[in-house]
Amino acid sequence: MSDLTLTANIDSPDDFYADLLDIHEGHSKEESEAINARLILILANHIGNRDVLKQALAAAVS
Amino acid sequence: MFDDRYTLAFKAYPYEKSPDQSAENPVRHPVVVMGGGPVGMATALDLGRQGVPVLVLDDHEGVGMGSRAICFAKRSLEIADRYGCGDPMLEKGVVWNVGKVFHEDRQVFEFNLLPEEGHKFPAFINMQQPYFEQFMIERARALQAEGAPIQIRGKNRVESVDVQDDHVVLTVMTPDGPYTLEADWLIGCDGASSPLRGMLGLDFSGRVFQDSFLIADIKMINTNFPTERWFWFDPPFKSAGASTLLHKQPDDVWRVDFQIGWDVDRKEEMKEKNIRARLDAFLGGDVEYEIVWSSIYTFQCKRMENFRAGPVIFAGDAAHQVSPFGARGANSGMQDVDNLGWKLGLVVNGKAPVSLLDSYNSERIFGADENVLNSTRSTDFITPKSDTSRLFRDAVLHLSERFEFARPLVNSGRLSVPCVYDTSTLNSADNLAGGPARTRPGAPCPDAPLGDGYLLSHLGDGFVLLAIDSDAPDEIVESGITIKTISISAKDDPSGQLAARYLGQAQRGVYLIRPDQHVTARMATFDEAEIRAALRRATGQEIV
Repeated sequence: MSDLTLTANIDSPDDFYADLLDIHEGHSKEESEAINARLILILANHIGNRDVLKQALAAAVS
Repeated sequence: MFDDRYTLAFKAYPYEKSPDQSAENPVRHPVVVMGGGPVGMATALDLGRQGVPVLVLDDHEGVGMGSRAICFAKRSLEIADRYGCGDPMLEKGVVWNVGKVFHEDRQVFEFNLLPEEGHKFPAFINMQQPYFEQFMIERARALQAEGAPIQIRGKNRVESVDVQDDHVVLTVMTPDGPYTLEADWLIGCDGASSPLRGMLGLDFSGRVFQDSFLIADIKMINTNFPTERWFWFDPPFKSAGASTLLHKQPDDVWRVDFQIGWDVDRKEEMKEKNIRARLDAFLGGDVEYEIVWSSIYTFQCKRMENFRAGPVIFAGDAAHQVSPFGARGANSGMQDVDNLGWKLGLVVNGKAPVSLLDSYNSERIFGADENVLNSTRSTDFITPKSDTSRLFRDAVLHLSERFEFARPLVNSGRLSVPCVYDTSTLNSADNLAGGPARTRPGAPCPDAPLGDGYLLSHLGDGFVLLAIDSDAPDEIVESGITIKTISISAKDDPSGQLAARYLGQAQRGVYLIRPDQHVTARMATFDEAEIRAALRRATGQEIV
């Protein structure tokens, strides 16, 4: 079983965070929610592995 | 005629009538500095030590009250050490390494800065700004006694300037009335609201943040806190502030910052009973304390389009302003002076073309933009400007309690580090194969142990050829500028830190280091032609 990475793994975290907020700039709350949903699905597809995805889902609601 | 704009912490340069005031014709000075704050005083120290006559004009007679900039970064201390006043700062300042981050009623994580070993100075110290200024003024007095050409004139307020091609005519008001003087160079170190900038009608643009913070410096009477930095996002003591920072200063004083929102009645908020109501909500009713100083500040991230306008050059807050998160205000001002001092010295002494000063503009604008970017991001994290921004901010804080990955995203300020002038036209090519990235051309020299002391103490004020396990002549004179060689061995530091920072995979190396202790060229073995070319390039004498 693969393990979900929960240690720091994002290259240049401040740049990433700024990029993340940038895509929401100028969008309504509803639009932002839709963008977030699409983003989750895109990242989930990139991960692919069901074990890892299950652990991520659990971590998010814990 | 001479109402003080602020109360003094102490008087340091009382008004005295100078002979310039009764001179028949305006006296010409090579360099006049407008403003006697930390940046102006550092400019005086830098130039005075080079033997360049410098006159500081300040509209007050000493140092203003209030702790203000309390976080002084390693690089500022290294610069102060070069000027000869780093030690008293280190002795007075408070060093801390542990920080705690709280969200609502919980501590979400704790961090330890685990400072890198082998540096004379810590990552930063906390110290009330008046001390920082006082140590520099004392140093200026000591240098004056040794004959350094530094003059400081209190209650000399610049009323107007007339900028010519190659000099500036200043009208200066004093308690004895106005007088006129001239300056080949005028350095504007007159702070964020720079009157000089206004007189010249120069732009200052950027973002204003719609928030304000209340600062209270307090002295504890019946309790104490550890020497740590505590930051609360959305604390449970809601009536105190929306985010809150607690930080230790010398003399058992704690700095408390409360985020209090944009639409506040400043006068009302500044009443002691209202400040106490916030502090009581924060500290709990049983804690007794004395309020030493308080203030309300708003903040903006702005900079001038150009830091130089002919013979007028701006430095510090006058040139750029940032939000306080990350301690990038006074610290970046010190880097401005570090950068400007040697260049202006060479130009005044006729050893470099005036165009060298354009590199001050480009290098420090690069630095200012880095500071604006970082402090803007911190501000956006601390005071989210949209629902989505807040949603992510709170998610990061929530996750950071249990998952390490989220902690680097928590942004309550990214502390000032000196910038690497990667794109500077003064740099020569990196010719040290296997050399560490942190000491590439453009980078500030990291300190390292050397014998019984430290490397940076040996670099000094001029151009230096640092020869590590390499042969090089003791001295090279190029274009009238002396390059002094410092020959050292990696063996001079048994801990290996010197080798790790300056050699990496290489066995030996030769560095050309600028007077501001930035690397400008490096190579595997000494090559005289290459060093001479690098010196010419670093002093603006060779177009790349």
